[in-house]
Amino acid sequence: MRRTLLATLFFVMLVAIWHFVVRANIWSPVLLPSPRSVGEYLLGAARDGTLLEATGVTVRRLLIGYFIGIAIGLPLGLFTSASKFMEDTIGVLALGLQTLPSVCWIPLALLWFGQTESAMLFVVIMGTVWSVVIATDTGVRNIPPIYARAARTMGSRGLHKWTKVILPASLPYLVSGMKQGWAFAWRSLMAAEIYVTILTGFGLGHLLHYGRELNAMDQVIGVMLVIVLIGLLTDKILFAPIERFLHRRWGTGLR
Amino acid sequence: MSLQEELIGPPPAKLIVDNVSKWFRTTRQTVHALDSVSLSIAEGEFVCLVGPSGCGKSTLLDIISGLEVPDEGTVVADNEPVLNPGRHRLVMFQESALFPWLDVIGNVMFGLKLKPGLRHKERLEVAKFFLQLVGLEKFSAAHVHELSGGMKQRVALARALAPNPRVLLMDEPFAALDALTREQLYSDIQRIWQKRRKTIVFVTHNVREAVCLADRVILFSRNPGRIREQFDIPLPRPRDINSIELAEYAGTITRALKGHSDGEVAE
Repeated sequence: MRRTLLATLFFVMLVAIWHFVVRANIWSPVLLPSPRSVGEYLLGAARDGTLLEATGVTVRRLLIGYFIGIAIGLPLGLFTSASKFMEDTIGVLALGLQTLPSVCWIPLALLWFGQTESAMLFVVIMGTVWSVVIATDTGVRNIPPIYARAARTMGSRGLHKWTKVILPASLPYLVSGMKQGWAFAWRSLMAAEIYVTILTGFGLGHLLHYGRELNAMDQVIGVMLVIVLIGLLTDKILFAPIERFLHRRWGTGLR
Repeated sequence: MSLQEELIGPPPAKLIVDNVSKWFRTTRQTVHALDSVSLSIAEGEFVCLVGPSGCGKSTLLDIISGLEVPDEGTVVADNEPVLNPGRHRLVMFQESALFPWLDVIGNVMFGLKLKPGLRHKERLEVAKFFLQLVGLEKFSAAHVHELSGGMKQRVALARALAPNPRVLLMDEPFAALDALTREQLYSDIQRIWQKRRKTIVFVTHNVREAVCLADRVILFSRNPGRIREQFDIPLPRPRDINSIELAEYAGTITRALKGHSDGEVAE
């Protein structure tokens, strides 16, 4: 209760500071709109449905791309950790491509797929896959060898060993890898939406882009706030429960 | 299958270690870990391997379990050569090696689930029986990190006993525990061994511990790892680690141990 109160106070203070900076008239209101006008934009956009629709389009792309990315990255990561050949080939490829900023995929995606949903998905998947591959690989390599030895003596091998020992044992690494993958997916999707106009769906990135074109700073800041909020919410909804489970089971993160 | 039938299980196995040698090669050096070690262990016998660190006693245990392959020689368990690890020879390690992603009962069930021909309910019943045997039935839903070191080793013991192996291999399972917990576990393990007779090979560098538990203590020397001497311990059970007779045996073995490591730095 006390914690919630203090946190709320902190955010109210932030908005208050923003408010008073605007009141001080240092910058033109075109460049720095008041919290009130941003709030009015958000309310209006929520009422006429543009905000909800854009959020829906963006989140849908994000989720589809992200889960395809995991579905590809996780097995690839397991393979690279299991075979020297895969480590020297796919592992090196993943390491290299992970350092490539995902914006760099956009020109290629546009030429390959045109201004389509596929181009968007491709960029998100490329943003996700490689970091998931590397996190999975690292996770498996960091399992204490004693787990594998104990499991072997009890007769665990092959598929059983991978699904019942190696995968759960590397769970803490996998989750942080998936979190990282999520962050990359989110960034690459925003980059793609800001750079590429496509007709099949109008996402948050597009709203942001058109806010700039129209010099509508209240829209730019409003949409940015929504993007931050989505990031926070996914963390709380998607990852926080898994992390709580890990902390409970592994006895980590206790204060 | 009823719990009783399941608990009867196969008889303890006879182990024959025949002329086993093992070298560990690294780029810098080659260590001769075991040199022509031969050893015969009877059904249901409790044998302790004792020696200075680096004498190959843990390596021998790994070879008996099937986790390591000998460079020369063979291990035979009940007329079958040991080629791979298998659930007839279960291992207890110095660290409990319990799986943190499973709760206590889940850990005890792990090996049981790999044993064919049992229904889930039967497995659960067996797991509960062994948790009770080690005195932890109240902790079946606890997480691994919530247990003390001694409790973890008890769970590890229950996990190793649950699939009813014919041989139990223990690699310094109590070395990381405090003296009081260890003494408690000595009496527990004697009680359990008398109830659930297994062939046990127990590795330790603690001579008193070995005398307290074993029918026979086998003394190793190092560089290369060899069997030096064997001592039968005919003391009645249950044994008290602090008893005078036990101390006398331990004294004899310790002197032999020191005699063999003459000129080497003592432990």
